[in-house]
Amino acid sequence: MSAAAPPKIRVEGLDAWFGETHAVRDVSLDVRPLSVLAVIGPSGCGKSTFLRCLNRMHELVPGGRATGKVTLDGEDLYARGVDPVSIRRRVGMVFQRPNPFPTMTIADNVSAGLRLNGWKGRLEEIVERCLRQAALWDEVKDRLHSPATSLSGGQQQRLCIARALAVEPEVLLMDEPASALDPIATARVEELMHELKARYTIVVVTHNMQQAARVSDQTAFFYMGELVEVGDTETIFTNPREQRTEDYVTGKFG
Amino acid sequence: MVTTHTDRAYEAELQELRDKLLAMGGKVEAAIELSVRAVLEREQAIADKVKTDDREVNRLEVEIDSACRRLLALRQPAASDLRFITTALKIVTDLERMGDLAVNIAERGIDLSGAPPLPPQHRLARLAELSEAQLKKALDAFVSRDAAKAEEVMRGDDILDALYLEIFNDLLTLMMEDSRVIRRATALMFVAKHLERFGDHAINLAEMVVFMVRGTDVRHPRSREQA
Repeated sequence: MSAAAPPKIRVEGLDAWFGETHAVRDVSLDVRPLSVLAVIGPSGCGKSTFLRCLNRMHELVPGGRATGKVTLDGEDLYARGVDPVSIRRRVGMVFQRPNPFPTMTIADNVSAGLRLNGWKGRLEEIVERCLRQAALWDEVKDRLHSPATSLSGGQQQRLCIARALAVEPEVLLMDEPASALDPIATARVEELMHELKARYTIVVVTHNMQQAARVSDQTAFFYMGELVEVGDTETIFTNPREQRTEDYVTGKFG
Repeated sequence: MVTTHTDRAYEAELQELRDKLLAMGGKVEAAIELSVRAVLEREQAIADKVKTDDREVNRLEVEIDSACRRLLALRQPAASDLRFITTALKIVTDLERMGDLAVNIAERGIDLSGAPPLPPQHRLARLAELSEAQLKKALDAFVSRDAAKAEEVMRGDDILDALYLEIFNDLLTLMMEDSRVIRRATALMFVAKHLERFGDHAINLAEMVVFMVRGTDVRHPRSREQA
């Protein structure tokens, strides 16, 4: 990956609020295409809010608003007339707790987004492709019509990733995708992120620093709403520039 | 830096590692001083003490190694902590070798016991002083995380090398003039060589201290230019 490639996402002067609370302060950074950016920082540092600004989900929260510029391949997500729903199709999201649709089967969970968008084509192939990409196919291919809730937590999370992939997004946002999973399921999700970055650009929020170190190419450290430092993950964890980053990654906060 | 780790047990483990390294360094400093006295004073008892004390240096090497492994496995250290621990792992190897060199020098002292001294004695004493001072300064730089001081150590090596060469030439001349001194002169030549090597290990320590403090590797600049 050449550093000169134009960024997939460019954030410029982003501020975000919850009512009166200024949660993200004047953040600017680039996300390289087909890479994993990890966002780390202590609770309340604004990392999840930042993530939700990348697909305009933050404005769905009561009192949530954002200013500044977020571009996807140069296109301003916050420009007048942009439909947030179309943005969320291009920028998918996976949440902390696996949240499959509980009344639907495994297959229906994957295809739910497409059916909602009025897709009329053959769904079986897409379901298989997405489950394969989410590294879940071999485990569920014989029970595609069982309820999604019959899966383990780790499988449910990969099902949610498959569901996010079905609408063919360009970017995947992951908010603590493994924090509710056991170590083996966590390792599966992390391995999956490695595979997925061949096709998708990934931004992952995690409070597990070792996870950030394992999965990401670049790491951004947030503190009290500010971006303190962003750089190559190896540099952030071996020789960061900023003292606050150093203190955080060595466990000297609070 | 006044900030300490939130996890106090971790902070204490790092401090313990630092203390052990310093204790080991102090023992090696004492060993080199004693070993050269054993040579200059031809005193068997001093030489024996160097050999006994070296067991303590070896024990500390093993302890420090295992403390580093434990920290790496259980604490997943990052940034300056990671650089400190990986540096510690390398520093112990050099310190242990330096301890062995002191033993080697002491053994030459045993060989020489009872034999009359040869002229380059005072230069040998000076070389020993300089080598020991290099170690002391490198250890100080390590404790105070002072990269500039470590760089002084790195620059100090030229004097040692020059002095070693002088001693070597002196001894060579002596041997050419009088073949009866060859045995004694060769022993002293080894001592000088060991002291010069001791100084080289101090340079290694200093280079690691620079890496630990700044995160930049200053070893082998020429080899890396070619790569």
